[in-house]
Amino acid sequence: MGRFILRRALTSLLVALGIVFLVTLILDLIPGDPVVMILGQNATAEQVAALRRELGLDRPLLLRYAEYIGRAVTGDLGRSIMTRRPVAAEVAEAWPNTLLLAATAIGIAVALGIGLGAVSALRPNGWVDFGVRLLALLGLSMPIFWVGLVFIYIFGFYLRLLPIGGSGTPQHLVLPAVTLALPSVALIARMTRSSLLEVLGEDYVRTARAKGLSEPAVLLGHALKNALIPVVTVIGLQFGQLLGGAILTETVFAWPGLGRLVVLAIFARDYPLLQGIVLIFAFSYVVVNLLVDLAYAWLDPRITYA
Amino acid sequence: MGSRTEEALRPVGTAPALVSGLRRFARNRAAVVGAVIVGLLVFTALFAERLMPYDPTLQRLELRRQPPTAAHPLGTDEFGRDILSRVILGSRVTLLVSLVAVGVGLGLGGTAGLVAGFAGRWVDELLMRVMDILLSFPYLLLAIAVVAALGPGERNIVLAIGIWSAPAFARLVRGQVLAIKEREFIVAAYAVGVPVVRVVLLHVLPNIVPPLLVFATLYMANAILLEAALSFLGLGVQPPWPSWGLMVATGRDFLLIAPHVATIPGLAIMLAVLGFNLLGDGLRDLLDPRLRNRL
Repeated sequence: MGRFILRRALTSLLVALGIVFLVTLILDLIPGDPVVMILGQNATAEQVAALRRELGLDRPLLLRYAEYIGRAVTGDLGRSIMTRRPVAAEVAEAWPNTLLLAATAIGIAVALGIGLGAVSALRPNGWVDFGVRLLALLGLSMPIFWVGLVFIYIFGFYLRLLPIGGSGTPQHLVLPAVTLALPSVALIARMTRSSLLEVLGEDYVRTARAKGLSEPAVLLGHALKNALIPVVTVIGLQFGQLLGGAILTETVFAWPGLGRLVVLAIFARDYPLLQGIVLIFAFSYVVVNLLVDLAYAWLDPRITYA
Repeated sequence: MGSRTEEALRPVGTAPALVSGLRRFARNRAAVVGAVIVGLLVFTALFAERLMPYDPTLQRLELRRQPPTAAHPLGTDEFGRDILSRVILGSRVTLLVSLVAVGVGLGLGGTAGLVAGFAGRWVDELLMRVMDILLSFPYLLLAIAVVAALGPGERNIVLAIGIWSAPAFARLVRGQVLAIKEREFIVAAYAVGVPVVRVVLLHVLPNIVPPLLVFATLYMANAILLEAALSFLGLGVQPPWPSWGLMVATGRDFLLIAPHVATIPGLAIMLAVLGFNLLGDGLRDLLDPRLRNRL
């Protein structure tokens, strides 16, 4: 187990270094001169030179890469061009909002997804099962930004139940979190259903039934825990989907998180801010994946020997 | 080298299998619905000019933001343009961008997977670690980073979606190659002296086409969603081209006065994605049921 954790952590570190490299590379991929793109044609030579130095563009890529790592580990991600504030401060302000949104959405997705999947697997091919499967299919096919707009219209405008944008109260969280959770609900429900159906055919489930356990006891005590192993992986992968989806949901609901900030940064050509946000997003995903892998090894001890 | 020997090594029984396969597909109602939706979509995209009742760029400000009427079955947008005509032409934009993007992903990722699977050792390690890094970007973020660097526009979102989908194709192809390269008919082909390139092209590739086809179909659904998302954010297809995602974005500004402008193109996106999802699921059950738990 110790060796597995160490190996897995080392891979994550390598991936992290690769991510930083790609993030550094963004500036080199920009067609034309990024400094001129940011400052416009009317900038003075001094301004251009200063920004070039600040962005590190007067130095070769690999050196800039090393410097970026060196500064990033001390918490210095450069300065935002829009606000002239440190990128780290901008990110630190928006990050908790995105985390709150994503965590709420994951909670909704896990609760609803596993619940619906289990209900669906109890009577396969019944009408409840059909309904859940149809819902799951629609959930995976609807563009999330469009779902957000439909929710705004129905719940915010027509029924006037919930605020249509912004943040501050728990009510503000409901629509964005549900919108963001929807594709994950669909996927987790699907996974739970198929995994549970598979497990319910196993010998030990037959044994549990044969010794007279009630159906809920069989399901909750024996089948569900084993059925959830593949579901845990999916939940981990869903976190990445949620971070990406947050970009859309936050834009639709004017939620002041990293997702909205990254879109603003792109349009303002605020490259240091963009780099910082991409970095934080990708790092969180790597960390979550690491944790999921460790949880997976704990749930299913066979995995470490594989 | 004796092509007859090689012929004998090829997997047998393709023609009757096709017929029984089609029959099985026809029994899968969901898959048939998917095939019909995708078929209609392709038809609409191909014959958009003949199907559009109006010029999709014709602005008639006196008719702006009209709810659906007999003359304009899906209503008009903020410039009085016919939404039905724009949705019809939008199908071409969506299909074209997604198709080329999935092609790019298949080309990039498939090549990487093929090389990694055959070369093994450090080439395999290196290629797959690069793919891991690409996979470690949350959905949408990689595409956004690419577009942020290269700038918005059709060509760049095709690249962005392609790069985003490449690792998945690489993993799939590599796994298939590893599974197949020790099989007897491949070893036998080597044994009778068939050159490596010929083995790959004639013996390995045909055998990994079915899972690739399933994957590509399901990735079309993802590509359509991603294209719509990028265009919605203003990073994708640029006006005046009618991309569905862009139409939702412009309709958003007056959602509360004229909800049909934003919601109708969204329905088109949903229908297209649903079609490819159903078709992909059906093809998977038909061609390679083992993939069921992996996709």
